[in-house]
Amino acid sequence: MNRIHQKLQENKKLLSIYFTAGYPSLNDTAKTIKELEENGVDMIEIGLPFSDPLADGPTIQASSTQALKNGMTTELLFQQLGDIRELVSIPLIIMGYFNPILQFGVEKFCQKCQEVGVDGLILPDLPLDVYQDQYEPILKKYGLVNIFLITPQTSDERILQIDAASDGFIYMVSSASVTGSQEGFGNQQENYFKRIANMNLKNPQIVGFGISNAETFQQATKTAKGAIIGSAFIKHLSKNGTDTIGDFVKGILKN
Amino acid sequence: MNYNVDDKGYYGEFGGAFIPEMLYPNVENLRQQYLKIMAEPSFKEEFDQLLKDYVGRPSPLYFAKRLSQEYNTKIYLKREDLNHTGAHKVNNTIGQILMAKRLGKSRIIAETGAGQHGVATATVCALMGMECIVYMGEIDIARQAPNVARMKMLGAEVRPALSGSKTLKDATNEAIRDWINNPVDTHYIIGSAIGPHPYPDMVTRFQSVISEEIKWQLKEKEGKENPDYVIACVGGGSNAAGTYYHFLHEEEVGIIAVEAAGKGVDSGESAATSVLGKMGIIHGCKTLLMQTADGQITEPYSISAGLDYPGVGPMHAHLYKTGRAEFIPVTDDQAMQAGMVLSKLEGIIPAIESSHAFAVLDTKKFKPEDVVVINLSGRGDKDLNTYIEYFKL
Ligand SMILES: Cc1ncc(COP(=O)(O)O)c(C=O)c1O
Repeated sequence: MNRIHQKLQENKKLLSIYFTAGYPSLNDTAKTIKELEENGVDMIEIGLPFSDPLADGPTIQASSTQALKNGMTTELLFQQLGDIRELVSIPLIIMGYFNPILQFGVEKFCQKCQEVGVDGLILPDLPLDVYQDQYEPILKKYGLVNIFLITPQTSDERILQIDAASDGFIYMVSSASVTGSQEGFGNQQENYFKRIANMNLKNPQIVGFGISNAETFQQATKTAKGAIIGSAFIKHLSKNGTDTIGDFVKGILKN
Repeated sequence: MNYNVDDKGYYGEFGGAFIPEMLYPNVENLRQQYLKIMAEPSFKEEFDQLLKDYVGRPSPLYFAKRLSQEYNTKIYLKREDLNHTGAHKVNNTIGQILMAKRLGKSRIIAETGAGQHGVATATVCALMGMECIVYMGEIDIARQAPNVARMKMLGAEVRPALSGSKTLKDATNEAIRDWINNPVDTHYIIGSAIGPHPYPDMVTRFQSVISEEIKWQLKEKEGKENPDYVIACVGGGSNAAGTYYHFLHEEEVGIIAVEAAGKGVDSGESAATSVLGKMGIIHGCKTLLMQTADGQITEPYSISAGLDYPGVGPMHAHLYKTGRAEFIPVTDDQAMQAGMVLSKLEGIIPAIESSHAFAVLDTKKFKPEDVVVINLSGRGDKDLNTYIEYFKL
């Protein structure tokens, strides 16, 4: 069974953390992953940096730019993850824009993911119809779970379509925004979270965008299965490097 | 062979809509509506009337006698430089602002490189009393100060794009991010035949007035609708798409696309996408684009800010791939000299983008009886500083 499916069956709210591979330093990837698992994180999204990250706010953009300056490449990421399954057992998901993967070769990319023990992909600019027309069989062949996004603007009809096409969890974008631009959740989000919860989808939902601390984590996971923290963690890394990752995670999970 | 967009939004293998889910509702709504709206009699009437009374269309098709003598062939200029705001860009912004109104949008965003599309967008927003925000790379803001001032006078807010290389591609990224953040009230007026489907087709249709007019104007002057060649410069590809549109399936018409080679195709400082680009995804569109082996998008170079885009519209990628159009690279130097020749022989100072199209006359030999139509996409006022520096005027 895929590690993502296993994790989703655990009877707890899941904390997932995003970081950009190659940031703050080129070879921090394995260390960051290990520290996150040791401190109780349930799942990790490894960001494959891209020159033009359309759906990301300034924090993740800056980390991607820095990672590329540091010399990060797709090939290098797979090298860095070469022994990762000797170090950690939680699900690992690669989040990346589609162009670098297209250039690497989609099949070769998926094969490498399987080799090193990556469990799933989040490809924000690969739309549902293109995935289904061209790439679904390839991801399935290599045991990869593809994660789709929904937003407050996504129609019920399309949510049902996405739910049917998903086999893992649905990435619920908390508000109409790029990453990192939200300051806490208001009524609108609460209503949206409730609306989705009431749809009784077959896939659990994990909320992302705008989760930055214990409070927003709690709010988001009232109805959802888990939450993803990205920009806030990147900010922490940019200030403190990789030595105090434990403090950050404890700050989220303190209750 | 079909050179128009297909039902799924592709030109051959190029095109599509590679957008994050956050943009899906807006882009999908536009896809479902744009042809219907454009076909409404009231839309057509308003569009045509504004093109006539506000933009000043039809733009003349001018027989360039002295230039024709110089190159020993029959050269006609399609005078998009005489449009209000000085370039073809306004054909598209008029169309899209009318579209935005019918879609119930009240806030307009746009990207701009040289500032021509930004000015054309700010202009139609002033005309319609709509809020206008233009994203422009920080570096371009510094080197295109007069256009920044124009946009401000027209009531637009110019927001600097501070990310990446701080030029056109980053301004486009910022505009897309703005749209993600403001999905309900905002329409994004893209300035070229690029972006996710249906943008390339919609922009092409609004610009197709260029070739529609060429047809009847040439009939009047030459007794036939089809020239032997149509020539246009290609940045993202909107003026070229408009110039080619009604000739795409007229096999006897040769199509020439002129790309900016910067300091030379192999110099490392070039924007000749068809030669240097590989299939990839940029700004929601599968097309030829300049990138590293690892799929990171690279920064192009051209003396002309309007041709300085790392990708090319999907229609043009298809025209290149199928061989329907001949792609010719033109360097900074060739373009600047061609701009000077046109100024001296015809009393017309072209935009440097357009100068690239004229440089073809120096590299390609036409027959004396050939009828060659060159799209003069814009006037040179905005480029005076570059001309001054280059020629030490
Ligand atoms: C006068 C002029 N011509 C051509 C272009 C290139 O754009 P496109 O390829 O979309 O026509 C520009 C862009 O700014 C322009 O201002």
